[in-house]
Amino acid sequence: MAKKRELLRGAEIFCRALKDEGVKHLFGYPGGAVLHIYDELYKQDAVEHILVRHEQGATHAADGYARATGKPGVVLVTSGPGATNAVTGIATAYMDSIPLVVFTGQVPTQVIGNDAFQEVDAIGITRPCVKHNFLVKNVKDLAITIKKAFYIATTGRPGPVVVDIPKDITADTCEYDYPDTITLRSYRPVAKGNLWQMKKAAQLILSAKKPMIYTGGGVILSAASGELTEFTRLLGYPITNTLMGLGAFPATDKQFIGMLGMHGTYEANMGMHYCDVLIAIGARFDDRVTGDLEKFCPYAKIVQIDVDPASIAKNVPVDIPIVGDVKNVLTDLIDLLKNSNDKPDAKALKAWWQQVHDWAALDCLQFDRSSQVIKPQYVIEKLWELTQGDAYVTSDVGQHQMWAAQFYKFDKPRRWINSGGLGTMGFGLPAAMGVKLAFPDETVVCITGEASLVMCIQELSTCLQYETPIKIISLNNRYMGMVRQWQEFFYSGRYSNSYMEALPDFVKMAESYGHVGLRIEETSAVEGALKEALALEERTVLVDFVTDQTENVYPMIAAGKGQHEMHLSTDRELA
Amino acid sequence: MRHILSLLMENEAGALSRVSGLFSARAFNIESLTVAPTEDPTISRMTLVTSGSDAIIEQITKQLNKLVDVVKVIDLNEYRHIERELMLIKLAAKKEDRDEIKLMVDIFRGRIIDVSENTYTIEMTGTGEKLDAFIATLDEDMILEVVRSGISGISRGNTAIQS
Ligand SMILES: Cc1ncc(C[n+]2csc(CCOP(=O)(O)OP(=O)(O)O)c2C)c(N)n1
Repeated sequence: MAKKRELLRGAEIFCRALKDEGVKHLFGYPGGAVLHIYDELYKQDAVEHILVRHEQGATHAADGYARATGKPGVVLVTSGPGATNAVTGIATAYMDSIPLVVFTGQVPTQVIGNDAFQEVDAIGITRPCVKHNFLVKNVKDLAITIKKAFYIATTGRPGPVVVDIPKDITADTCEYDYPDTITLRSYRPVAKGNLWQMKKAAQLILSAKKPMIYTGGGVILSAASGELTEFTRLLGYPITNTLMGLGAFPATDKQFIGMLGMHGTYEANMGMHYCDVLIAIGARFDDRVTGDLEKFCPYAKIVQIDVDPASIAKNVPVDIPIVGDVKNVLTDLIDLLKNSNDKPDAKALKAWWQQVHDWAALDCLQFDRSSQVIKPQYVIEKLWELTQGDAYVTSDVGQHQMWAAQFYKFDKPRRWINSGGLGTMGFGLPAAMGVKLAFPDETVVCITGEASLVMCIQELSTCLQYETPIKIISLNNRYMGMVRQWQEFFYSGRYSNSYMEALPDFVKMAESYGHVGLRIEETSAVEGALKEALALEERTVLVDFVTDQTENVYPMIAAGKGQHEMHLSTDRELA
Repeated sequence: MRHILSLLMENEAGALSRVSGLFSARAFNIESLTVAPTEDPTISRMTLVTSGSDAIIEQITKQLNKLVDVVKVIDLNEYRHIERELMLIKLAAKKEDRDEIKLMVDIFRGRIIDVSENTYTIEMTGTGEKLDAFIATLDEDMILEVVRSGISGISRGNTAIQS
């Protein structure tokens, strides 16, 4: 039966397409090039528009929304400065493979290239940090382009897609027809793994004497936590997660040996270094994970599972590559393992676990729990206890991010939301807002530092307007802590421009935005403050914890070192 | 090692800049690049000459395949193939040199396609090496202008690369 066709203006088509795509929230900021669209948004109520206070906030909020829900985050900004302000957020999503669809207004088709008012080559500027982008040149292409954008953003290895829409296109009319499905001859992500490769992998996995499972954000993106958990328990092997992969396997499970990498646990990094079979799943061998590539996993045969062929063997040669969606591949591998006559080598595994436990006995994450001055780790540990490990936690970038990753034990996927790849300060607050919009009944906490927090502080207004009561836990060490740490270690303590002078009164700041502010200076008051903040369910609360300025993130692998060359702490060095 | 890659891609405005942007962003090297539409006007074919270790060529191929506009990538080195390049070259042709130039052009199977009082313009196709060799036979001061198309490649025999 032929569909009923109506004649609509581009701006109407835009709104209808979002509705038909099932979009509930649109994060945006208006301007000349998108005013036709804003006028249409006014007339409908299928899509709720969230007015942010800076376009960077729109992209981060949509990104947080996407990370927490698994659905694409959607953004609308105007041309020129609207588009350039959105770029940091687009690049952030790109590095972590987060599905976003970002609509940028553009000057009218007739004046493109004339340096028109608020013209910028959004396609050119975003090309290196998007999965794909489109310039819509005819209103007839608008609906199909929106369909393509959502399809590309959410399938295969997800990522941000930019759609640049000139203003005249939003006024032109044509028939509206939104396709249900779409195929592109030039874009066909691989779904299933190759059976032959998977058989070889199963054999190698079962032959291991010192196995390690190393998993990343790909497991979360593929919604494969259930499969990963079954796979890992079936084998009984130790598992480590990357910063992006936390929560894919329950952190409180006895097989979990912590995060790996620069600030990962001693046992995870040593396990990587000495393993004989490495099973890499949805992880991309980032330099913060591998350390010096020359020294990386010298004894291991490597199986790598990834949906993106270009991720396989990019940094590290791989013995058995498997291209495919992690969820499908793990499902098939579980079958193969169950039906195999071989079983894991129990005796070797016992010895290997003994070794792992010996490493773990060093207790690499210890800190001074008796300190009067607030230890940042203590705040996070308490937060974890009080929220029973079940909060959505966003973070910014720096020491606080690493402590959050080390001390908040995530048992579920999509609970830990941080900018791992790009390391974007300013991400945490708007991301938390996006999460809270998606899950109004859940506890959403932003763990931040006083330097990161102010990078997108203006979104406190948005939190008030849309009633997204989040909890902001600021670990205020009056330093760009991570910068200070590097300056202490590698620049003889010359703290060049890393001291945060002239900090604002954060309590007053929170209050001026209509929220609750608390300032906590002693360890004994930490728990009470956290309880108070969490109890104020209807309010956004900013807790300014005045923490130990000298605390460093340990353990640490210095840049250029191998995974077995960790520093445990200032006063505890390894032989 | 030198590789000749053949790409079929959507004949879209931005496609070429996606490919060249990829090469600069990832610090891959391009020796030459040519592109034009095929018999199917929605598809362009690009021939790209690059070089690198096996691992780098593998990454280049994968990254090209990952571009949404790219329909197919073929490494012609894996096939028996033919490569050709077109050169247009303008020479100062003094009376006394003209016979010699004509002889060389014949030997290299080129053609003189334009003549003026003082110049010859020559058209020549062949592998890059052959064109280099021709240039090497010429006196440097004789060469007024050189235009080369970059390499185009195609597989031999029955194999045909289609979308
Ligand atoms: C936008 C941006 N600019 C600069 C940096 C470099 N950088 C990384 S961590 C850091 C310091 C962060 O300080 P703060 O937010 O107070 O966190 P802390 O390390 O003290 O916990 C800086 C400047 C960055 N990651 N992002």
